[in-house]
Amino acid sequence: MTIQLTADQRRAGAEFAAFAREHIGPYADGWDTAGWLPRRVAEQLGERGYLGAVVPSEHGGTELDAITFGLLNEEVGRACSSVRSLLTVHSMVAHALVRWGSAEQRSRWLPELARGTCLGAFALTEPAAGSDVQAMTARADPADDSYVLSGHKHWITFGQYADVFLVFARIGSRPAAFLVERHRTGLEVVPQSGALGTRASMLAEVRLDGCRVPAANLVGRPGFGLSAVAADALELGRYSVAWGCVGLAEACVQASLRYADTRQQFGQALRHHQLIQHMLADMVTHTAAARLLCQRAGWLRQAGDPRSVQATWQAKYFAANTAAQSANDAVQIHGSRGVGGDYPVQRYLRDAKVMEIIEGSTQLQQITIAESAYQATEEVLL
Amino acid sequence: MDDIRPRIRTFLGQYIREEVDDGEDIFASGYVNSLFVMQLVLFVENELGCPIADEDLELENFNSIDAIAQMVGRKTSVSQAS
Repeated sequence: MTIQLTADQRRAGAEFAAFAREHIGPYADGWDTAGWLPRRVAEQLGERGYLGAVVPSEHGGTELDAITFGLLNEEVGRACSSVRSLLTVHSMVAHALVRWGSAEQRSRWLPELARGTCLGAFALTEPAAGSDVQAMTARADPADDSYVLSGHKHWITFGQYADVFLVFARIGSRPAAFLVERHRTGLEVVPQSGALGTRASMLAEVRLDGCRVPAANLVGRPGFGLSAVAADALELGRYSVAWGCVGLAEACVQASLRYADTRQQFGQALRHHQLIQHMLADMVTHTAAARLLCQRAGWLRQAGDPRSVQATWQAKYFAANTAAQSANDAVQIHGSRGVGGDYPVQRYLRDAKVMEIIEGSTQLQQITIAESAYQATEEVLL
Repeated sequence: MDDIRPRIRTFLGQYIREEVDDGEDIFASGYVNSLFVMQLVLFVENELGCPIADEDLELENFNSIDAIAQMVGRKTSVSQAS
């Protein structure tokens, strides 16, 4: 296993960092306060090819390798978790089509998704079905050469902007995935506000009331196929979020180092107080460890190794924990200023809390990782 | 074509500690968790060299050693014939 980035990957990482520093970072607090992300930001991501990161070049994408895609999520996530969440959900929809879409679906949707002229959102969560996706009640009733969808999705990230939704619903007892265009009659998007973190991620409810879509909009196969379509998309989402958490933790590190270097208390800079050093040391070390777990997941993912699945769960679990603990400590280091609006660390803390819940809550991951550890042999766990 | 069942058995052995019969339903038996679907698809594609398309995503193609071997055999003979 390679344990260093290639020159191309380092170059790409530097480009992503420069973009995020110039076009995202300076505005992130304002977007958070407003609970709003200008559509122009999505256009900028599209113009740079970032929204086509998981789309093959034959369909107009930039087809980044897994590590480079991770670096993109890290750098964008370091600047703003809301913008990173756009990368995540849009890429999940694109990836589901790349992996399991029909030839017609791929040629119809992927070029636009790659350019960002069409934004995708992932509509799985329901009021009574979160971690327990089997509790999903949205249904798709066959009617001639179409399906009629009814149900209620909520907390749909970038639902306010999405042009197409990957909606999950049941055909009888069998779950299935459908592409549903925003303009379809019977689909209503209702903005949601008041979230604790990632406040500029344009959350929405998606209400489906007799929304008819052609049978050709079914993605993959019902039943077992849904497991693969949803699992594949969620796996990419988990990978993206994990890297985003590394960026978020790194932002906490950098903010804390800066503040502790300049803030004087008891006659010396905070950085010289040993209890502050304790927090800095843990933050720096855990962030480096989270990055390595993400890289390991990336290398396995790139190789198509079945062990990438377990590695991604571990990476997301550890990185989300690290982001949350680092953000908590970053606020603590900043003291009373940390809870105000003049420093970004309170945003980091609120965003980090969200990371412990999305794409597999910490508890769900603990259960899954522990069960898998019993199930798998040492070779799988390595 | 060589019988690929031993390779499938070896792969399953990494995730399932109990011995599994070739015709036994590995999903119905409760041996595996939700992560396993992806791991299985990756194995079939990358280690057995058999690309999986959306039309292959049927439980009957994946639910036993025999089913996986038959699907791979079917798809391989089709690709060799074309």
